[in-house]
Amino acid sequence: MALFQVSGLKSYAELREQILPARQTHLFDRTNHYNFGTKTQEFAVPLGVDPSGFLGTCSRDGGVSIDLNHGTTTLAFKFRHGVIVAVDSRASAGRYLASNDVNKVIEINPYLLGTMSGSAADCQYWERLLAKECRLYRLRSNHRISVAAASKLLCNMMLGYRGMGLSMGSMICGWDKEGPGLYYVDDRGTRLSGRMFSTGCGSSYAYGVVDSGYREDMAVEEAYELGRRGIAHATHRDAYSGGAVNMYHMQQDGWIKVCKDDVSELIHRYRKGMF
Amino acid sequence: MLSSNAFVDPGKMKDYHYTGPVEHRFSPYSFNGGTVLAVAGEDFAIVASDTRLSEGYSIHSRDSPKCYKLTDTTVIGCSGFHGDCLTLTKIIDARLKMYKHSNNKTMTSGAIAAMLSTILYGRRFFPYYVYNIIGGLDEHGKGAVYSFDPVGSYQRDTYKAGGSASAMLQPLLDNQIGFKNMEGVQHVPLTQDKAVQLVKDVFISAAERDVYTGDALRVCIITKEGISEQTVPLRKD
Repeated sequence: MALFQVSGLKSYAELREQILPARQTHLFDRTNHYNFGTKTQEFAVPLGVDPSGFLGTCSRDGGVSIDLNHGTTTLAFKFRHGVIVAVDSRASAGRYLASNDVNKVIEINPYLLGTMSGSAADCQYWERLLAKECRLYRLRSNHRISVAAASKLLCNMMLGYRGMGLSMGSMICGWDKEGPGLYYVDDRGTRLSGRMFSTGCGSSYAYGVVDSGYREDMAVEEAYELGRRGIAHATHRDAYSGGAVNMYHMQQDGWIKVCKDDVSELIHRYRKGMF
Repeated sequence: MLSSNAFVDPGKMKDYHYTGPVEHRFSPYSFNGGTVLAVAGEDFAIVASDTRLSEGYSIHSRDSPKCYKLTDTTVIGCSGFHGDCLTLTKIIDARLKMYKHSNNKTMTSGAIAAMLSTILYGRRFFPYYVYNIIGGLDEHGKGAVYSFDPVGSYQRDTYKAGGSASAMLQPLLDNQIGFKNMEGVQHVPLTQDKAVQLVKDVFISAAERDVYTGDALRVCIITKEGISEQTVPLRKD
């Protein structure tokens, strides 16, 4: 099974389909209950209904209320000494706080990180799939995948399901032969390379804080503090963000996890300096 | 059973005045109530659920537990739409057997959780209306709880409540097990007996205040010796 996949003994068409699943979306217009498709994922789609609006219409009948986990603030910026990635840790389902302790940074491999914002399930699933594709790439071509290529893989997966109601805003960060890399990918197929991004419902607040304190030649500790402040202030003002700040630093030889600070303690500390 | 527009807000009397033409449409889902809870300890895990199956203002059954045994070390609790709960547990059982036959070993709790995530995501555009919580022992023998949303987003927790009374139970668990919002209290690790007693007390509170929770409580305790079950009566009104 796995060895067969890894050995790459396939025709070109099959191989292309494996790398670019977006070329042919496996949408079946019948509910496929026994989805044992272990090689290619199949998606069941409701009959004759627009999938992106379907869940909303179901939520009105007979007490049914299907709420999916959502909401975030994430930010990442490049500077002289690498890339800083900072995220909050709250997941809300409608008005209910499903969890205050979610890890929104997926560690794809020791030199690639992906962040998650929008729908938790979409991010977890597609980034886990991206991790699998990156691993297969490494095994087949005997060199690490570049950040540009990894973000392109994710972008193409999103394009295959565009308009179906997926919700994902992710930043792919890494360090490859070109140096530190930071790409923003979202559910509409946008893919942008840049120096600084922030996503999620609290992103405007984070942008304000990081824009005002950012310098390309910051020291490492200064950069950590800037990332922490960006998330802390965003969680303070955005209801759907909160919990703790999880921060990672992408360096030349891989990422390190810097800290996990509770937001209420951070705000308390900043308040002392404010008044 | 077709759900009708007569109860838009369960428990609330609908105002009978003519609002204009209303489109009645078949809904593939229905809400059958029920609450599930799971707690992970140092070397044990507990999965508990009530046994009431309701729909709208009626109770279909007083003896329909929502915990399903998957392996000797894992139990899943499913609440939401009963039809989807049954189908989902059938699919998980079949996949467990397939794994056993091709890999010659039982799936671990973590692997079951990851598999369930992909099963649920396969229905991203037409979800299973089920709130799942898996409780069991991990490979090191420590208690593990995995909680899911209807489309497969999951994470490992120490304790989690799901289902109709989840919003009432979760804060109570946060306080008693997570020691949140308590100052100057020693963080004593949870013993098995204290955890079982806490779960029973918590469900008694839920039955007081949630119409969809009650009748009886089924508690499954998972230890390395196996899975033991207890049934405790709750309010039947």
